[in-house]
Amino acid sequence: MLHENICEKGFLDEQFVQLEELQDDDPNFVEEIATLFYRDSSRLISNIEQALEKSPLDFSKLDNYMHQLKGSTTSIGARRVKNECTQFTDYCNAGNGEGCKRTFQQLKKEHSTLKKKLEAYFQLARQIGPVETACRPK
Amino acid sequence: MKKSGSSTTIVKKFSALVVDDDLVIQRIHKMYLNRFGFETQVVGNGKEAVDLYRSGAFFHLVLMDMEMPVMDGPKATRELRGMGVNSMIVGVTSQDGDSEKQAFMGAGLDDCYMKPLTADTITSLLQQLNMKYR
Repeated sequence: MLHENICEKGFLDEQFVQLEELQDDDPNFVEEIATLFYRDSSRLISNIEQALEKSPLDFSKLDNYMHQLKGSTTSIGARRVKNECTQFTDYCNAGNGEGCKRTFQQLKKEHSTLKKKLEAYFQLARQIGPVETACRPK
Repeated sequence: MKKSGSSTTIVKKFSALVVDDDLVIQRIHKMYLNRFGFETQVVGNGKEAVDLYRSGAFFHLVLMDMEMPVMDGPKATRELRGMGVNSMIVGVTSQDGDSEKQAFMGAGLDDCYMKPLTADTITSLLQQLNMKYR
Protein backbone atom coordinates (compact mmCIF):
# COMPACT_ATOMS: atom_id res chain seq x y z
CA MET A 1 0.00 0.00 0.00
CA LEU A 2 2.79 2.38 0.95
CA HIS A 3 4.70 1.47 -2.21
CA GLU A 4 1.75 2.19 -4.47
CA ASN A 5 0.97 5.41 -2.63
CA ILE A 6 4.42 6.87 -2.94
CA CYS A 7 4.64 6.44 -6.73
CA GLU A 8 1.13 6.36 -8.08
CA LYS A 9 0.27 9.61 -6.32
CA GLY A 10 3.12 11.23 -8.24
CA PHE A 11 5.52 11.87 -5.38
CA LEU A 12 8.27 9.99 -7.18
CA ASP A 13 8.82 9.31 -10.85
CA GLU A 14 10.75 6.98 -13.17
CA GLN A 15 14.10 8.27 -11.91
CA PHE A 16 13.41 6.71 -8.49
CA VAL A 17 12.67 3.40 -10.23
CA GLN A 18 16.08 3.61 -11.95
CA LEU A 19 17.77 4.16 -8.59
CA GLU A 20 15.98 1.18 -7.07
CA GLU A 21 17.17 -0.98 -9.93
CA LEU A 22 20.75 -0.15 -8.91
CA GLN A 23 19.98 -1.23 -5.37
CA ASP A 24 20.91 -4.88 -5.98
CA ASP A 25 24.58 -4.13 -5.56
CA ASP A 26 24.16 -2.11 -2.39
CA PRO A 27 21.02 -2.48 -0.26
CA ASN A 28 21.53 0.92 1.38
CA PHE A 29 22.03 2.79 -1.89
CA VAL A 30 18.61 4.39 -2.29
CA GLU A 31 18.43 5.38 1.36
CA GLU A 32 21.89 6.91 1.09
CA ILE A 33 20.85 8.90 -1.97
CA ALA A 34 17.70 10.07 -0.16
CA THR A 35 19.78 11.17 2.85
CA LEU A 36 22.18 13.10 0.62
CA PHE A 37 19.24 14.66 -1.18
CA TYR A 38 17.61 15.86 2.04
CA ARG A 39 20.84 17.27 3.39
CA ASP A 40 21.48 19.16 0.16
CA SER A 41 17.93 20.30 -0.47
CA SER A 42 17.37 21.44 3.15
CA ARG A 43 20.41 23.68 2.87
CA LEU A 44 19.14 25.16 -0.39
CA ILE A 45 15.63 25.66 1.00
CA SER A 46 17.12 27.50 3.97
CA ASN A 47 19.15 29.73 1.61
CA ILE A 48 16.06 30.49 -0.47
CA GLU A 49 14.03 31.28 2.67
CA GLN A 50 16.64 33.82 3.76
CA ALA A 51 16.84 35.31 0.28
CA LEU A 52 13.03 35.70 0.15
CA GLU A 53 13.14 37.79 3.32
CA LYS A 54 15.35 40.41 1.73
CA SER A 55 13.99 43.48 0.03
CA PRO A 56 14.23 44.03 -2.86
CA LEU A 57 14.36 40.41 -3.95
CA ASP A 58 17.47 39.27 -5.78
CA PHE A 59 15.78 37.19 -8.50
CA SER A 60 19.10 36.15 -10.01
CA LYS A 61 20.26 34.64 -6.72
CA LEU A 62 16.88 33.00 -6.17
CA ASP A 63 17.00 31.53 -9.67
CA ASN A 64 20.48 30.18 -9.02
CA TYR A 65 19.47 28.45 -5.78
CA MET A 66 16.33 27.05 -7.40
CA HIS A 67 18.34 25.72 -10.33
CA GLN A 68 20.51 23.75 -7.91
CA LEU A 69 17.45 22.51 -6.02
CA LYS A 70 15.76 21.44 -9.24
CA GLY A 71 18.89 19.48 -10.16
CA SER A 72 18.73 17.58 -6.87
CA THR A 73 15.02 16.84 -7.15
CA THR A 74 15.49 15.51 -10.68
CA SER A 75 18.26 13.20 -9.47
CA ILE A 76 16.04 11.45 -6.95
CA GLY A 77 12.85 11.61 -9.00
CA ALA A 78 10.94 13.89 -6.62
CA ARG A 79 8.31 14.85 -9.18
CA ARG A 80 6.00 17.03 -7.11
CA VAL A 81 8.85 19.01 -5.56
CA LYS A 82 10.37 19.43 -9.02
CA ASN A 83 7.10 20.79 -10.38
CA GLU A 84 7.09 23.46 -7.67
CA CYS A 85 10.70 24.30 -8.57
CA THR A 86 9.67 24.82 -12.18
CA GLN A 87 6.76 27.04 -11.12
CA PHE A 88 9.06 29.06 -8.85
CA THR A 89 11.54 29.56 -11.70
CA ASP A 90 8.73 30.83 -13.94
CA TYR A 91 7.72 33.41 -11.30
CA CYS A 92 11.36 34.34 -10.83
CA ASN A 93 11.85 34.96 -14.52
CA ALA A 94 8.72 37.12 -14.49
CA GLY A 95 9.99 39.08 -11.47
CA ASN A 96 6.88 38.05 -9.53
CA GLY A 97 7.92 38.10 -5.88
CA GLU A 98 4.50 37.19 -4.48
CA GLY A 99 4.26 34.24 -6.85
CA CYS A 100 7.71 33.07 -5.72
CA LYS A 101 6.75 33.28 -2.05
CA ARG A 102 3.46 31.42 -2.57
CA THR A 103 5.10 28.67 -4.60
CA PHE A 104 7.89 28.37 -2.07
CA GLN A 105 5.40 27.60 0.71
CA GLN A 106 3.91 24.85 -1.44
CA LEU A 107 7.39 23.55 -2.28
CA LYS A 108 8.28 23.26 1.41
CA LYS A 109 5.07 21.33 2.04
CA GLU A 110 5.77 18.87 -0.78
CA HIS A 111 9.40 18.51 0.38
CA SER A 112 8.29 17.73 3.92
CA THR A 113 5.54 15.31 2.82
CA LEU A 114 7.93 13.37 0.62
CA LYS A 115 10.46 13.16 3.43
CA LYS A 116 7.87 11.57 5.74
CA LYS A 117 6.83 9.11 3.05
CA LEU A 118 10.42 8.13 2.27
CA GLU A 119 11.24 7.71 5.96
CA ALA A 120 8.24 5.41 6.36
CA TYR A 121 9.22 3.51 3.21
CA PHE A 122 12.81 2.94 4.34
CA GLN A 123 11.68 1.92 7.82
CA LEU A 124 9.36 -0.63 6.29
CA ALA A 125 12.06 -1.84 3.92
CA ARG A 126 14.43 -2.37 6.85
CA GLN A 127 11.83 -4.35 8.76
CA ILE A 128 10.73 -6.68 6.03
CA GLY A 129 13.95 -7.08 4.05
CA PRO A 130 14.36 -7.12 0.26
CA VAL A 131 10.94 -7.01 -1.40
CA GLU A 132 9.56 -5.59 -4.62
CA THR A 133 10.50 -1.97 -4.83
CA ALA A 134 8.30 1.05 -4.38
CA CYS A 135 7.55 1.87 -7.98
CA ARG A 136 8.48 -1.05 -10.16
CA PRO A 137 5.33 -2.48 -11.79
CA LYS A 138 4.73 -6.25 -11.62
CA MET B 1 39.81 -9.50 -28.39
CA LYS B 2 36.91 -11.89 -28.24
CA LYS B 3 33.48 -10.73 -27.32
CA SER B 4 31.22 -13.19 -25.61
CA GLY B 5 27.51 -12.98 -24.96
CA SER B 6 25.85 -9.59 -25.43
CA SER B 7 27.54 -6.61 -27.02
CA THR B 8 27.79 -4.95 -23.60
CA THR B 9 30.13 -7.64 -22.25
CA ILE B 10 33.19 -5.86 -21.00
CA VAL B 11 36.41 -7.16 -22.45
CA LYS B 12 38.55 -4.39 -20.98
CA LYS B 13 38.49 -2.63 -17.64
CA PHE B 14 37.72 1.00 -18.38
CA SER B 15 38.44 3.87 -16.01
CA ALA B 16 36.04 6.75 -15.49
CA LEU B 17 36.18 10.15 -13.85
CA VAL B 18 33.02 11.80 -12.52
CA VAL B 19 33.43 15.58 -12.39
CA ASP B 20 30.47 17.10 -10.51
CA ASP B 21 29.89 19.27 -7.45
CA ASP B 22 26.50 17.65 -6.69
CA LEU B 23 26.98 14.88 -4.12
CA VAL B 24 23.80 13.09 -5.19
CA ILE B 25 24.89 13.01 -8.83
CA GLN B 26 28.41 11.92 -7.82
CA ARG B 27 26.97 8.97 -5.92
CA ILE B 28 24.46 7.98 -8.60
CA HIS B 29 26.90 8.18 -11.49
CA LYS B 30 29.61 6.33 -9.57
CA MET B 31 27.10 3.57 -8.77
CA TYR B 32 26.05 3.24 -12.41
CA LEU B 33 29.63 3.22 -13.67
CA ASN B 34 30.78 0.65 -11.11
CA ARG B 35 27.78 -1.50 -12.01
CA PHE B 36 28.98 -1.50 -15.60
CA GLY B 37 32.49 -2.50 -14.61
CA PHE B 38 34.28 0.85 -14.63
CA GLU B 39 36.93 1.79 -12.10
CA THR B 40 35.58 5.15 -11.05
CA GLN B 41 37.08 8.21 -9.42
CA VAL B 42 35.13 11.30 -8.37
CA VAL B 43 36.14 14.97 -8.14
CA GLY B 44 34.09 18.05 -7.27
CA ASN B 45 35.05 20.58 -9.92
CA GLY B 46 36.83 21.08 -13.24
CA LYS B 47 40.12 22.22 -11.72
CA GLU B 48 40.47 18.98 -9.77
CA ALA B 49 39.93 17.06 -13.01
CA VAL B 50 42.58 19.08 -14.86
CA ASP B 51 45.01 18.71 -11.93
CA LEU B 52 44.54 14.93 -12.01
CA TYR B 53 45.43 14.77 -15.68
CA ARG B 54 48.41 17.11 -15.14
CA SER B 55 49.68 14.73 -12.47
CA GLY B 56 49.70 11.94 -15.04
CA ALA B 57 46.32 10.28 -14.49
CA PHE B 58 44.29 9.02 -17.43
CA PHE B 59 40.63 8.04 -17.70
CA HIS B 60 38.92 6.40 -20.66
CA LEU B 61 35.69 8.26 -19.87
CA VAL B 62 35.08 11.62 -18.21
CA LEU B 63 31.57 12.64 -17.14
CA MET B 64 31.81 16.42 -16.99
CA ASP B 65 29.14 18.51 -15.27
CA MET B 66 28.51 21.89 -16.87
CA GLU B 67 28.11 24.16 -13.85
CA MET B 68 30.65 23.82 -11.06
CA PRO B 69 32.49 26.20 -8.74
CA VAL B 70 36.22 27.01 -9.16
CA MET B 71 36.30 25.78 -12.79
CA ASP B 72 33.20 24.89 -14.79
CA GLY B 73 32.73 22.11 -17.34
CA PRO B 74 33.32 24.06 -20.54
CA LYS B 75 36.57 25.61 -19.21
CA ALA B 76 37.85 22.29 -17.88
CA THR B 77 37.02 20.58 -21.19
CA ARG B 78 38.89 23.26 -23.17
CA GLU B 79 41.90 22.89 -20.87
CA LEU B 80 41.96 19.11 -21.19
CA ARG B 81 41.68 19.22 -25.00
CA GLY B 82 44.37 21.90 -25.03
CA MET B 83 46.63 19.50 -23.14
CA GLY B 84 46.06 16.91 -25.87
CA VAL B 85 43.74 14.71 -23.79
CA ASN B 86 41.79 12.39 -26.09
CA SER B 87 39.64 10.68 -23.45
CA MET B 88 35.94 10.41 -24.21
CA ILE B 89 34.55 13.48 -22.47
CA VAL B 90 30.80 13.48 -22.07
CA GLY B 91 28.99 16.55 -20.82
CA VAL B 92 26.25 16.22 -18.22
CA THR B 93 23.88 19.11 -17.80
CA SER B 94 20.64 20.00 -16.08
CA GLN B 95 20.01 22.76 -18.59
CA ASP B 96 17.25 22.13 -21.11
CA GLY B 97 18.30 24.74 -23.63
CA ASP B 98 19.92 23.81 -26.94
CA SER B 99 22.17 26.86 -26.90
CA GLU B 100 23.77 25.86 -23.58
CA LYS B 101 24.30 22.34 -24.88
CA GLN B 102 25.78 23.62 -28.16
CA ALA B 103 28.18 25.92 -26.31
CA PHE B 104 29.29 23.07 -24.07
CA MET B 105 29.77 20.76 -27.09
CA GLY B 106 31.86 23.51 -28.68
CA ALA B 107 34.32 23.27 -25.79
CA GLY B 108 35.38 19.82 -27.07
CA LEU B 109 32.89 17.28 -25.78
CA ASP B 110 32.26 13.98 -27.53
CA ASP B 111 28.60 14.12 -26.49
CA CYS B 112 26.26 15.74 -23.98
CA TYR B 113 23.37 14.36 -21.94
CA MET B 114 20.83 15.54 -19.41
CA LYS B 115 21.55 14.50 -15.86
CA PRO B 116 21.21 12.09 -14.26
CA LEU B 117 22.43 9.57 -16.81
CA THR B 118 20.46 6.37 -17.30
CA ALA B 119 21.54 2.76 -17.65
CA ASP B 120 20.83 2.93 -21.40
CA THR B 121 23.17 5.90 -21.81
CA ILE B 122 25.98 4.19 -19.90
CA THR B 123 25.47 1.09 -22.05
CA SER B 124 25.78 3.20 -25.18
CA LEU B 125 28.95 4.90 -23.86
CA LEU B 126 30.44 1.52 -23.05
CA GLN B 127 29.77 0.31 -26.58
CA GLN B 128 31.47 3.41 -27.96
CA LEU B 129 34.48 2.83 -25.69
CA ASN B 130 34.72 -0.80 -26.79
CA MET B 131 34.84 0.43 -30.40
CA LYS B 132 37.37 3.18 -29.64
CA TYR B 133 39.76 0.94 -27.73
CA ARG B 134 39.33 -2.22 -29.83
